[in-house]
Amino acid sequence: METLLALMVGALIAAAVYLMLARNVLRFLFGLILISNAANLVIFGSGGLTPEAPPLIAYGASAPPGGVANALPQALVLTAIVIGFGLFAFALVLVYRGYQNLGTLDSEEMRIAEPRE
Amino acid sequence: MAAGSAKRRPLGGTPGIVSIALPAAAFAWFCLLIPQVANGPLFWSVEWVPSLGVEIGLWIDGLSLLFALLITGIGTLVALYSSAYLGGDDHYTRFVCYLLAFMVGMLGLVLSDNLLALFVFWEVTTISSYLLIGYKADDPASRRNALQALVVTGTGGLAFLAGIVLIGAAGGGFQISQLPDLSEHVLYPAILVLVLAGAFTKSAQVPFHFWLPNAMAAPTPVSAYLHSATMVKGGVYLMARLNPSLGNSEAWTIALCAFGGVTAVFASIMALKQTDIKQVLAWTTLMALGTLTLFIGAGTEAAIKGMVVFLLVHALYKAALFMVAGLIDHGTGTRDANVLSGLMKAMPITFIAAIVAGASMAGLPPLFGFLGKEYLYDAALEQDVLSRGGVLWVAGCAFAASALMVAAAGIVAWRPFVGPKAETPVKPHEGPWGMWIGPLILAALGVAFGVIPSLSTIVLEPAATAVMGAPVPVELKLWAGVTPALILSLITFATGFLLYWKHRAIRRGLGRLRDRADPAWDGIMDGVAGGSKWLAKTVQAGSLRTYIFITFLTLAAVLLTTIWRTGALPSAPPLDDLRLKHWSILIFITAGAAVAAVTNSRMTAIAALGTVGVGVALVFIIFGAPDVAITQLLIEVLQVVLVAVAMLKLPHMKPDVVSRIRGWDLILALSIGAMTTVVMLMVMTTPLDLRITQFFEATSAPIAHGRNIVNVILVDFRALDTFGEIAVVAIAALGAYALLRGTRRNT
Repeated sequence: METLLALMVGALIAAAVYLMLARNVLRFLFGLILISNAANLVIFGSGGLTPEAPPLIAYGASAPPGGVANALPQALVLTAIVIGFGLFAFALVLVYRGYQNLGTLDSEEMRIAEPRE
Repeated sequence: MAAGSAKRRPLGGTPGIVSIALPAAAFAWFCLLIPQVANGPLFWSVEWVPSLGVEIGLWIDGLSLLFALLITGIGTLVALYSSAYLGGDDHYTRFVCYLLAFMVGMLGLVLSDNLLALFVFWEVTTISSYLLIGYKADDPASRRNALQALVVTGTGGLAFLAGIVLIGAAGGGFQISQLPDLSEHVLYPAILVLVLAGAFTKSAQVPFHFWLPNAMAAPTPVSAYLHSATMVKGGVYLMARLNPSLGNSEAWTIALCAFGGVTAVFASIMALKQTDIKQVLAWTTLMALGTLTLFIGAGTEAAIKGMVVFLLVHALYKAALFMVAGLIDHGTGTRDANVLSGLMKAMPITFIAAIVAGASMAGLPPLFGFLGKEYLYDAALEQDVLSRGGVLWVAGCAFAASALMVAAAGIVAWRPFVGPKAETPVKPHEGPWGMWIGPLILAALGVAFGVIPSLSTIVLEPAATAVMGAPVPVELKLWAGVTPALILSLITFATGFLLYWKHRAIRRGLGRLRDRADPAWDGIMDGVAGGSKWLAKTVQAGSLRTYIFITFLTLAAVLLTTIWRTGALPSAPPLDDLRLKHWSILIFITAGAAVAAVTNSRMTAIAALGTVGVGVALVFIIFGAPDVAITQLLIEVLQVVLVAVAMLKLPHMKPDVVSRIRGWDLILALSIGAMTTVVMLMVMTTPLDLRITQFFEATSAPIAHGRNIVNVILVDFRALDTFGEIAVVAIAALGAYALLRGTRRNT
């Protein structure tokens, strides 16, 4: 499964980079979503893949049974998902506001601050 | 300029009186110190920045005192002169502030015992001289020249600062009085180059000389002050001050002799070429600075003695002559040596001051200038540095400069006053007393020190001792018998008079000699400006796409280097025990990503992104992370809702912009993707360090009383991180809210 996960991450990153290089900022935004997902998978996968054993401690026990999934990357990914969403939401509003004011979604046309000479 | 203004007040009103009284009081105080300093240096210190070891320490030895007396003494006369010259000017008060700031900076520079404090005052003089040179701020040339002086001396100042840091490292401290001899230290070459860069720019040695003649854009009193007694001698002071700790090497001797000698001779030739008498004086100042540098470099006892005598000589006559130039300008409306003639009757007092100061400049007996030249020649002829070639070089430079100086003195101090009366823009008249009293006093001092040399030795002897780092007896005699120096002097006079007699022909002959340093400076500045513009336009092209492309290109380069340096590609783990669910997730995610990347339909894109999100959630579920999966699904839903709402207000994606396959983008994207896969395989085949996880597993229940370890980590062990995360989301929400509100108000 490690190989498949690596392939998935590669595919996600490739699609994300391609989208982020587009002139349409909406596509950039889609790329942002994909790259966030890819990053989360990278963190998750780096902690090792352990099938079907969530890091839970049974009642009466003081430690989980051996061989449960790595809890640390899960905690990190949880944080990362939420932060990624915050970033996405803000960027979306920025795109929306940009379109309201500038009337375009083409980043090459957004030249208020750095006019073309 | 300001003369004759209706606003004229005696002595320039309150600001003028303050500017005269302060240096006068300081001068009196320093005079009282003369006997004490003759017996040994005075110390006095307070801490300033204790953490950096910076203290304001006053260290008054002979050299400091000589400079302090010049700064305050000539400062008093210049302030008096300014009150008459500029007293009616609208910005006179501002001028006084600059002048006093400069004076304080200069005094601090020569009195500081700490190199860092010295540097601060050094920069004070740089900045205040910038303000003084650019005093006529409505004149573009004046601004340009002020900026030139600032850039040249400021750059040198930075080099000097670096040199100071190295001195501190090599000498173990910044106390000048405690510095050891550094000439054997491994850092010495770097220190030498950096310190001399500071000193040479400040003291306008060739090839950094060009700013000084341009600084003549300043009002004449400033020229008299900055270019006779003070600022330009800051560099000379520095070299003299550091001579005991840096001066014991051949490199020091060669550098100072070479730069000083070339500056002296080149500047005196350029002086003959000028027709503006103020420019003549500016170039002769360069000559004096070159000479002083040359003799500090020579470094023998006689050379140092000659140096300090000449330092005082030059300060006295040069300040006087600059003031004379201002008087002539004021009295006739021109400074053109070709026009000025026959002023003797109309300006008798000016003439007396000029002829006496000029005679001192030419080195005629019985004036102090004669003594200055004699002792220079003495030193040049007997000094034994660097064998006979060195003697020839020093003596040759000193002789050439002195002879040319005789001619320059004639042009400035004799030529304008004799001959037939000439037509000038203003009918020639004498200036107010405040303007002629200064040059008269300075000229009189030149006579007094010449006739009774012992008057000056009480100051000069401790000064020479301080430069040498060892006692130097200074005994000055007007008549020392027929010596080689006297014979050389007579030859100098003969040559000088001949040069003066022929100076118009020589000037015509020199017509083609151009000083290329000033245009070169313009070239450098244009180059810097052009280069910056090019760089800004290239790096900050204003295209988001370009920025992102470069960012990813850098990422690709880093990844490639990493993989290449690691060597062998990782072996992929075996693909056995894979089930349908694994393959289906792979297909979910890769297909979703591919569709999202190429579709032109917004709805398709949203659906594809949703597929990817669900695929990622599935990965979390099957590998034991139910909490993460739940969060992922929730966020996924929220994202789709938000995008859908936004779509109502946003236009369709234009196929003509997006559907074109962008070749380079595709190559970059695919290679980054592939390299990420490789890196990911490397990471996942490396053995894991599970110590932190094991700590959480072991302590979750007993200490934090939680059974879901992930939750315990989030709300307990890393609660502050989670708090930060909440803060980030809140800030994002606030930002989004502000943007949306702004829309409503504006539209």
